[in-house]
Amino acid sequence: MTAATLTTGWFLENAWLIPIIPAIGFVLIIALGKRLPAKGSEIGIASIGASLVLAIGATYQWIDRVSSAGGGEYAGPISGVFGFARSIFPSASEAGTETYVEPVIRSWTWWQSGGLEFGFGQHIDGLAIMLLLLVTFISLLVQIFSTEYVSGDRRYTHFFAALTLFSAGMLVMVLAENMIQLILGWEIMGLCSFMLIGHWWEEQANSRAALKAFFTVRVGDVGLLVGTAIIFFGANQWAVDNGSNGFSIQAISGWALSGEASDSVLLWGGVALFIAAIGKSGQFPLHTWLPDAMAGPTPVSSLLHSSTMVVAGVFLVARVYPVFFIGFDIGSTNINLIAVIGGITVIAAAALAFVQSDIKKVLAYSTVSQLGYMMLGLGVGAWLPAVFHIFTHAFFKCCLFLAAGSISHSGSHHSFDMKKDMGGLWRKMPITAGTWMISTAALCGIPFFSGFFSKDEIIDNAHNNGYNLFYYVGLIGAAMTAAYMTRATYLTFFGTPRGAAAGEHHDDAHDDAHGAAHAAGHDTHDDHGHDTNDAHGHDAHGHDAHGHDDHGAHGPHESPWRITAPLVILAVLAIGSGYLNAPAVGTHYFTDWVEPVGAAVVTDEYSSDGYGGDDHSESAALGFAAPMAEEGYSEGCGYTTPEAGTICYAPKLNHAKFTWGKAAPSILLVAFGILASAWMCMGVFGGRRNPFAGLTSKFAPARWGHTFLVNKYYLDHLYERVIVRAVAHPIAAAAYWVNQNILDGVVNGVGRGGRRTGEWVYRNVDQRVVDGAVNASGLVASESGHAAQSIQSGRVNQYGALLFGAATVGAIVLILVNI
Amino acid sequence: MNTITNDTWILSVGTFLPLVGVLLMLFIPGSEERTHKQIGIVTSAATLAVGILTLLRFDFDQSDKLQFFVDSEWISVISSNYTIGLDGISLPLYFLSMAVTFLVMIYTWDNMPDAGNPKPFIMLMLILQVGMAGSFIAQDLILFFVFFEVVLLPMYFMIGVWGGEQRQYASLKFFLYTMFGSALMLVAFLALFFQTGAASFSFAHLAEAGALVDRDVQIWIFAGMFIGFAVKVPMFPFHTWLPDAHTQAPTQGSVILAAILLKLGTYGFVRIAIPMLPQGAKAWAPVIGILAVIGIIYGALGCLAQTDMKRLIAFSSVAHMGFVMLGISTLTEFGINAALFGMVAHGLITGMLFFVAGSVKHRYHTLEIKRLSGLLIQMPRLGWILGFSAMASLGLPGLAGFWGEFPAILSAYNPNFGLSVGLYRTLMVIAALGTVLAAAYLLWLYQRTAFGRPNPEFTATPHPVGAGVDGEHHDVHIHDVTPIEWVAWTPFLVAIVLFGVYPQLMFDVMDPAVTALVEQVGAGIP
Repeated sequence: MTAATLTTGWFLENAWLIPIIPAIGFVLIIALGKRLPAKGSEIGIASIGASLVLAIGATYQWIDRVSSAGGGEYAGPISGVFGFARSIFPSASEAGTETYVEPVIRSWTWWQSGGLEFGFGQHIDGLAIMLLLLVTFISLLVQIFSTEYVSGDRRYTHFFAALTLFSAGMLVMVLAENMIQLILGWEIMGLCSFMLIGHWWEEQANSRAALKAFFTVRVGDVGLLVGTAIIFFGANQWAVDNGSNGFSIQAISGWALSGEASDSVLLWGGVALFIAAIGKSGQFPLHTWLPDAMAGPTPVSSLLHSSTMVVAGVFLVARVYPVFFIGFDIGSTNINLIAVIGGITVIAAAALAFVQSDIKKVLAYSTVSQLGYMMLGLGVGAWLPAVFHIFTHAFFKCCLFLAAGSISHSGSHHSFDMKKDMGGLWRKMPITAGTWMISTAALCGIPFFSGFFSKDEIIDNAHNNGYNLFYYVGLIGAAMTAAYMTRATYLTFFGTPRGAAAGEHHDDAHDDAHGAAHAAGHDTHDDHGHDTNDAHGHDAHGHDAHGHDDHGAHGPHESPWRITAPLVILAVLAIGSGYLNAPAVGTHYFTDWVEPVGAAVVTDEYSSDGYGGDDHSESAALGFAAPMAEEGYSEGCGYTTPEAGTICYAPKLNHAKFTWGKAAPSILLVAFGILASAWMCMGVFGGRRNPFAGLTSKFAPARWGHTFLVNKYYLDHLYERVIVRAVAHPIAAAAYWVNQNILDGVVNGVGRGGRRTGEWVYRNVDQRVVDGAVNASGLVASESGHAAQSIQSGRVNQYGALLFGAATVGAIVLILVNI
Repeated sequence: MNTITNDTWILSVGTFLPLVGVLLMLFIPGSEERTHKQIGIVTSAATLAVGILTLLRFDFDQSDKLQFFVDSEWISVISSNYTIGLDGISLPLYFLSMAVTFLVMIYTWDNMPDAGNPKPFIMLMLILQVGMAGSFIAQDLILFFVFFEVVLLPMYFMIGVWGGEQRQYASLKFFLYTMFGSALMLVAFLALFFQTGAASFSFAHLAEAGALVDRDVQIWIFAGMFIGFAVKVPMFPFHTWLPDAHTQAPTQGSVILAAILLKLGTYGFVRIAIPMLPQGAKAWAPVIGILAVIGIIYGALGCLAQTDMKRLIAFSSVAHMGFVMLGISTLTEFGINAALFGMVAHGLITGMLFFVAGSVKHRYHTLEIKRLSGLLIQMPRLGWILGFSAMASLGLPGLAGFWGEFPAILSAYNPNFGLSVGLYRTLMVIAALGTVLAAAYLLWLYQRTAFGRPNPEFTATPHPVGAGVDGEHHDVHIHDVTPIEWVAWTPFLVAIVLFGVYPQLMFDVMDPAVTALVEQVGAGIP
């Protein structure tokens, strides 16, 4: 290291405590929760709160550490939180830090095999710090929100236990020191997702959604297992030479950039890991579980299925980015798998968001689409904007979901149907409406809201790095986002109030399936029906499908503070978080603090005797063309092999220079999307006379397109009705038929054959030949004057058998002894 | 092979102690059922105490060496000695057998199978324990074979007398099938004995001398052992006895069968077949690998086709043992470590699943998946335990099952001794797909049985209005987990979490022994 010694501190060194606290919290909630006054929610909130404090401490010390590496003037981390204020000061050095800031790594032996020991520990760098802070913060807000939203639920305690365990799992993954630990956190999240989507498992629809989510993600996990195996064996030799092992995330990064990694290993390892990311982050074509996951309670949708868990796939790619950077040649402008999948996801999901009438499903497809942006960003080399988009997206999407929850809780009588039960709600729920608008603006990428600073950077960098196709994809996606969000906003808050929003009370109109299930409950078994009914009386509050009496007495109204407070906080951040890295006002804290600098690090062996002699400087090209970017790199980490004695842990990345001129196309397209959509909505839903009213019934291709979208590209049909059904029914049945009739047939056949042979031998040989001979001899004997009277013919058989047996045993013994 | 001769009494006492209980019970009339149960519990507890003492006396820094080693004359006429010892490979299984027997005894206190008559039942279990423990300490082929066969008869009677409706078919099939395997195995043992100069049956000797046997001969001898052990594991296509035996066996039998008996086969591969016949092992490894992976997929498909919960769990054993055998077939340290871990994990997890199945059967008198529904409402705790075990079984990280599964898949990427990399990588991917199917059949089972509302046929009893909201509502016959069940199950649940969170507990013991074993195998392959 050329710079001064890096600072560290207690919070950084002990960041591993951050996931441990909620993990202990989970155990305590399960063990004691039901006996506590707040039914366990206090433990959940306290443990997440404690983790948040530790995460804030770690963030502070990390910022200290980065600045101690010698980057620019430094005005103390606190000022950074207030982005506006900071922008007044003269900006920090233009390039930020120039040296790679060593992450804070600690590790303890977790398991061993073949003499190698593998660790469990922490790998704290900017990315980890950012997510630690984000996850603890959002988890805390969602838990506070939930105390009101699911209060009275019959499984209130379990709900908080699962939420807390989820946070622990995500935090374990975020600070994972190695791939196995990452898998651990990854799967714990999958488990919690299963538990929480299926929280109201009495309804078959919910348990099916839970199963689908777990199972789809599990399909992707095959890639995680296989990819980890490929990378392990690829990296292990290099890693062991450098004092680590092939699971270590740092070693994998270093190995991938060392120039010693085989291209095909990186490519296949990258493909496999990316398949896992597709499953977890809802990328096309495995995105179908995510909208169904909205069957879970709204806080769950808000926390897991929008802002945190689903970014795990993006995080995975960002975490071991060098593998993908080299494996997929991201430094060149070749079209690569990540960018393609991300691009398809952006457009495909946005299109589906237009035909949803469930407000949560609009947000779900919007999440899928935004995750596509993040992937696209990673695929075109815009690492930092993609990671920044994780950050900003978490705030505004969480806010949007909680706003949807607030509407259902207090505005639409537990319905999520925009067309039937909403409309004109802004008068009744001003705070909810206001926070929704702000977050929508952020999501659409309207200038000066946070989404603008992250999404636009992705689009701009795609262009800058020479990925022109994806530049256009990004622009179109931005216009579509603006349009579908305008539609949702119009349907929810404007126009005439409909259904529950108009104060109508209907028993089961909002969900036929649930209503039918209730009816069945009443009809078929009175006793039980009574019980469930009774239970519903208690948990109606907050139960999305079951509340019939709680809010019956009054119409839409604003939600209580435990719901609105998180909304307001998130809305503030939906604006403010963008200013951490707002090139328009000249801030780049996020870049400085989070992005690993792609500079080679001198290893210990070489640092003493100097390095960089001519012998070592034969830096061969890593095998791809120089990038086409405006001001790209053609050498340095990620492009040429590091000089001997140095290691690269991160590739050198381009950053596009922001100008308003470059941002203009997307701003104009977003404006166009909003206006066009508003006009169309007034036509289609508002009854204004314009050409779009009734378009799908008038114009056949529009109808076909609409049907195609309503059926979600028929992907669910393919998965559920073709693949899953085939495996679960005919294929499994065929395998079992083979088992029973062929394999077992052979066994039973041998058994039967053996018995028949035995019977035949007994009948024909024993009874006729042997016994015949014996009887004959007996006859002879008896005829010869009863000389052999003592031999009774009935016992002859037994004697014979005994003799024969004794002879056999004797023979065996003799054989054994003689040899 | 290095050996440590200390506490020479401890293994023999630990193994044969249950016979004291059996002797005692012989003199007590069968009508005193409680006394017999008490003797069973006390005897197995004493055995377990010796097991714990063994753990304490075991030198974990030298787990690659045979400890508590005894080598005394036994049947000198055939040069077979009473050679026993314990190392890192056998210690976990040896201890597991003691713990499982003890916990099963406790479970029996409240849950005698319908046929009743605990005296012979408990005696048989104790004899079974002798056979199991003996198989893991034996260091002599004949001694091993004797113990291996001792296991057979008690299990035959347990299934045949206390089993389900088709118990006679199932028990006979189990017995004959295993005997068939044993016969070939014995032939293979004798052939190996004569081929190595008929000097000794001791493992150490045969491992040294066996490597020198001609490659072709090794392959033939390995074939015999392969069939013997593969039937026991059971590997596809020799598995068809297993679903019948498991389904028909009483709960106690199923648990012991899953937890310990199946491991005798895999243990035989690791301890006997592979080190004694390195070249045979190398030649057979691809076959084992392919059959293992077929077993993984095939077992999972079989699970998906089941309509009976217990039979489904039984089929899942075929799939899980497939992972174990895949690990072994790579002949790598990673793979064999994973296999050993997987054996213990599968024992704990599938044992637990069989316990749950037994308790469901006890309460509902059926295991038909269609008729079961809403277990979580009627028995929330049992429902949670079922969910927990299902998650463990599908290999969730943080629970024990993962550490048998993932390293086994991992090891297939790079098989040892020049085995075909292309083949094994294909196997790796297929095996990884098997984890998806595992999730499918287990969660589908869970969704159908635990979620939803209880089947009205089990909720018919009138119940006072205003029952508690937390699933308190149930039929008089349907009660949640009983205290005895908690006592018997808690150690299983704790162990599943403990080994899942901190696998080093077991890897630390096994790894040195496995490393030594693989080195030895490598020395035998030119």
